[in-house]
Amino acid sequence: MELLVASAIGILTSGGGYLVLRLRTFPVILGISLLTYAVNVFLFASGRLTTGAPPILRDGVTTYSDPLPQALVLTAIVISFGMTAVVVMIGLGAFLGSDDDHVDDQPDSENDQPEGTP
Amino acid sequence: MSLFFIVALPFFGALLPGLMNSAGRSATAGVTFAVSLAAFIGLLSNLPTVLAGEVVLARVDWMPLLGLNFSLMLDGLGFFFALLILGIGLLIIAYARHYLSRDDNMGQFFTYLLLFQGAMVGIVLSDNILLLLVFWELTSLSSFLLIGYWKHLPEGRQGARMALTVTGVGGLAMIGGMLILGQIAGSYDLSVILQNRDLIQADALYVPALVLILLGCFTKSAQFPFHFWLPHAMAAPTPVSAYLHSATMVKAGIFLMARMWPVLSGTPEWFMIVTATGLVTMVLGAVIALFKHDLKALLAFSTVSHLGLITMLLGTGTAFGAMAAVFHILNHATFKAALFMSAGIIDHETHTRDIRRLGGLRKLMPITFAIATIAALSMAGIPLLNGFLSKEMMLEEANQTVLFASPWLVPALATFGSLFSAAYCFRLIGHVFLGPVRDDYPAKPHDPGVGLWLPPALLVVLVVMIGVAPFLAEPFVKLVTASVLGDAADVPTAYFKIWHGLVPALFMSIIAILGGLLMVAFFNPALRQWDAMPRPEAKVIFEAIVETAARAAQRLILPLHNGAFSRYAAIGMIVIVAAGYHAWITGTVAAPTRTMQPAGPVAIAGWLMLVAATAGMVLMHRNRLLSLILIGIVGLMVSVGFVFFSAPDLAMTQFTVEVVTIILLLLALNFLPNKTPIESSVLRRVRDTGIAVIGGLATFGLAYHYMLRDAVSTPISAFHLANSYKGGGGTNVVNVILVDFRGFDTYGEIIVLGIAAVLIYALTETLLSGPVRARLLNRKPDQARAGDQHPMMMVVLTRVIMPVVLMVGFYIFLRGHNEPGGGFIAGLIVSIAVVMQYMASGFGWASARLTYPYHGVIGAGVLIAGLTGIGSWFVGKPFLTSDFTYLRIPPFYKFEVATAALFDLGVFLAVVGAVMLSLESFSRLARRAHVPESLHPMDIDPSRDDPLPNALGTVREGV
Repeated sequence: MELLVASAIGILTSGGGYLVLRLRTFPVILGISLLTYAVNVFLFASGRLTTGAPPILRDGVTTYSDPLPQALVLTAIVISFGMTAVVVMIGLGAFLGSDDDHVDDQPDSENDQPEGTP
Repeated sequence: MSLFFIVALPFFGALLPGLMNSAGRSATAGVTFAVSLAAFIGLLSNLPTVLAGEVVLARVDWMPLLGLNFSLMLDGLGFFFALLILGIGLLIIAYARHYLSRDDNMGQFFTYLLLFQGAMVGIVLSDNILLLLVFWELTSLSSFLLIGYWKHLPEGRQGARMALTVTGVGGLAMIGGMLILGQIAGSYDLSVILQNRDLIQADALYVPALVLILLGCFTKSAQFPFHFWLPHAMAAPTPVSAYLHSATMVKAGIFLMARMWPVLSGTPEWFMIVTATGLVTMVLGAVIALFKHDLKALLAFSTVSHLGLITMLLGTGTAFGAMAAVFHILNHATFKAALFMSAGIIDHETHTRDIRRLGGLRKLMPITFAIATIAALSMAGIPLLNGFLSKEMMLEEANQTVLFASPWLVPALATFGSLFSAAYCFRLIGHVFLGPVRDDYPAKPHDPGVGLWLPPALLVVLVVMIGVAPFLAEPFVKLVTASVLGDAADVPTAYFKIWHGLVPALFMSIIAILGGLLMVAFFNPALRQWDAMPRPEAKVIFEAIVETAARAAQRLILPLHNGAFSRYAAIGMIVIVAAGYHAWITGTVAAPTRTMQPAGPVAIAGWLMLVAATAGMVLMHRNRLLSLILIGIVGLMVSVGFVFFSAPDLAMTQFTVEVVTIILLLLALNFLPNKTPIESSVLRRVRDTGIAVIGGLATFGLAYHYMLRDAVSTPISAFHLANSYKGGGGTNVVNVILVDFRGFDTYGEIIVLGIAAVLIYALTETLLSGPVRARLLNRKPDQARAGDQHPMMMVVLTRVIMPVVLMVGFYIFLRGHNEPGGGFIAGLIVSIAVVMQYMASGFGWASARLTYPYHGVIGAGVLIAGLTGIGSWFVGKPFLTSDFTYLRIPPFYKFEVATAALFDLGVFLAVVGAVMLSLESFSRLARRAHVPESLHPMDIDPSRDDPLPNALGTVREGV
């Protein structure tokens, strides 16, 4: 089980890393989202993996999963939504303003040639 | 008055001139004067204590762990400098009131001046060297503002920049030196450092500390080879030059050398560096000053020369030298400030400062003539004026000083410097005031009003008074000298008198004065010689150095920081992996303590879906819609994983966030191109794949490693589990952590979320009010629109679902404290319910039914959460302490009421507002010009008679 989760984190990181290195805003945003998943799962896994023991107090139950990483990841998920929304807005504004969705400064984009089309 | 007030008054007072600006120039100058006067009187109120030889202390611990304390100390030396700063400051303020013209923003000027004054007073009263550094940098900054006050003059801006660069670099060096010094002494308090002379001088790091501190002092006090900034700073208004460049800022370096004298001086290194630098500066400054035609440049170089003189005196390391230095600081401040102000008067009245265009002003401006001549003669070292006394002491000291094993080197150079010093003073008098009256002055000169001449006249009175009756100044100078010397040496017994008998210094003086007269007599041939001589131009060299440094920095930075996000991302990932690798190979790896749990077929299937979706995203990311669907699958699998690993709250949050994120990205994709073109080369893709795979392997390794091992120390989670019900009144520990244990975190987070949403709103507004608006309104969709954009089925279905979803949200909210749920999740669920209405019935319809703006909802949420937190203050508990009790209202079962629920309500509202405001902003972009905004929920409505889309009459029927 640990192997599955760890490899999932690794694969999400790889995929996210590759997409973050792309040149257009949309894949970069998706890449950041994948990295967000990886980071959230990673943080969550720092409480170690427990099945069938949610941190809801019950009489007679003594084993619970670690609640603290869960609480921290919960807010991280919500905040990452806010961050994604802001980044998307910035990317969108840049595209609408210049008709260009490159993430890099294009060295020769001084002229009015639209860069959005290949 | 407490020392804190003396330092704080100018800083707080700096607010006043700006406020009084509209009340007129006299009022502005008046409040500035009043502020300075209050500080001045406050200083004088400490005079009896200082005269009694005691040290006034004031101390507040600021950051004791760093050794940075706000401790102030007033001894003789500090009092002397503070007196100069505040006393001359008062004269300068009065002078500036009449000097600045109507076009100058006087409020700004006096604000800068008071900031500077406060920083200077701070330097001289600091008892902590870190605090002193803070004030030191503040003087650099405020003097930058003052020198560049006339922003329209390029010389002003360049001069300000040069001054800031040179003094700033020196300040950096000094920070290093001070830190070393503090480390050696074990304390950053001056009073401790000054007691540790032997310890410091024996330390191996004494020389580096000395050199670094002296670099700071030399740059500030314009010592060779850093003297060049001072003449360029003369582009400042004359009151600034008179204040900063005669009496205060350039004396800061001198002050620090005097302050550190007991611990740093007396070693061969100190003697060699300080004496040699001072001597070179003194001679060089005097020679250059003679051949300057700009009155202020002449005075600037003469200041450089005199600062060199004082530095040399401090460098000798003898008690007599220190006393002479203190005396000369006093004398120089009086006559030089008077001279600068006279130069300002001449500039003000004749509209030129070029000595070659002046002459014969004696008859036209008799008062100015009298003031400037007395001050200049004092500077030249003529008996019965104060400059003579300290210069005589300097020559006496020079006579005793042996540098480079040659007994005549210092005396000869000192005489040589004095000769030129006398010469430029005589030139100033002769070429500006004497000679025939000319008829080609740029303006008709006459004496100014009393406001301009009185301040320098007061100083000249002091010049004469000390010159004639030196015994008046003697006790005070000796008091100051005693505090310079500290325990290192005894105050010399020599008396201040005009006639010492036929001592060598007298002959040296006579040589200097006669030589000076001769130089002026033969000025024109000497000037031709001087002009023919090749000289390095400091400004050119400085700019070349700055240019070279900038180019070197660019060569380093540009490849790293070229505006390409991909490059930063790649560098960032590589560095993170490298740092992790370093930690891995240098750390110790313990054996696994946990056994791997078995994975069932369901888990493997979920894993396979996640991996397949991720791989699909990477391979097919050029099809943007497809990759959006795939990321949905990834998110779903992550949510399922959370359920599987006992995190129901997380699963619910992840799931709902997933929905709103996908909607958001879909809205964005509406505008963005559908495909990502192939742009990067194969090589680049291989490189990126390499980086990504290495990063993935590293995270895999790290995650796998620690999941098989228990925490190194006991996790704090046990505390939360134990106290969740007892202290927080809830059985859902995750929720109790969010709203109670770590409520402050959550409070910050909802604020961040709200800010993000408002930011999105603001960006949308900016886009819609700019040129993008027209393009958006006229854009053609890249796909055919659906004929029926709001199908009836969907409208009806969402309308029916709405109350159900709201009920679910309410339920999730209420049970949150004890069961999975809570404000975050409920907020997201309710947002989805509202978004569905937008999607099904259209933006226009939904907006028309919106009663409260979403900003207001965010604000209400944050306020409710905040007020809940503040509520605990009223019962004497810290912010956000929660309380709960159990209520029973028949016929209901006993239920719990917790203040945490109120806090959670704030979270709920903030989340709803933030999500809705973001999504709404995006959809506002989607409105187009040629598509009329439908206010009906459905495009086709059988009950509507009127086929016109904009008819409002029957709108409500569809609801």
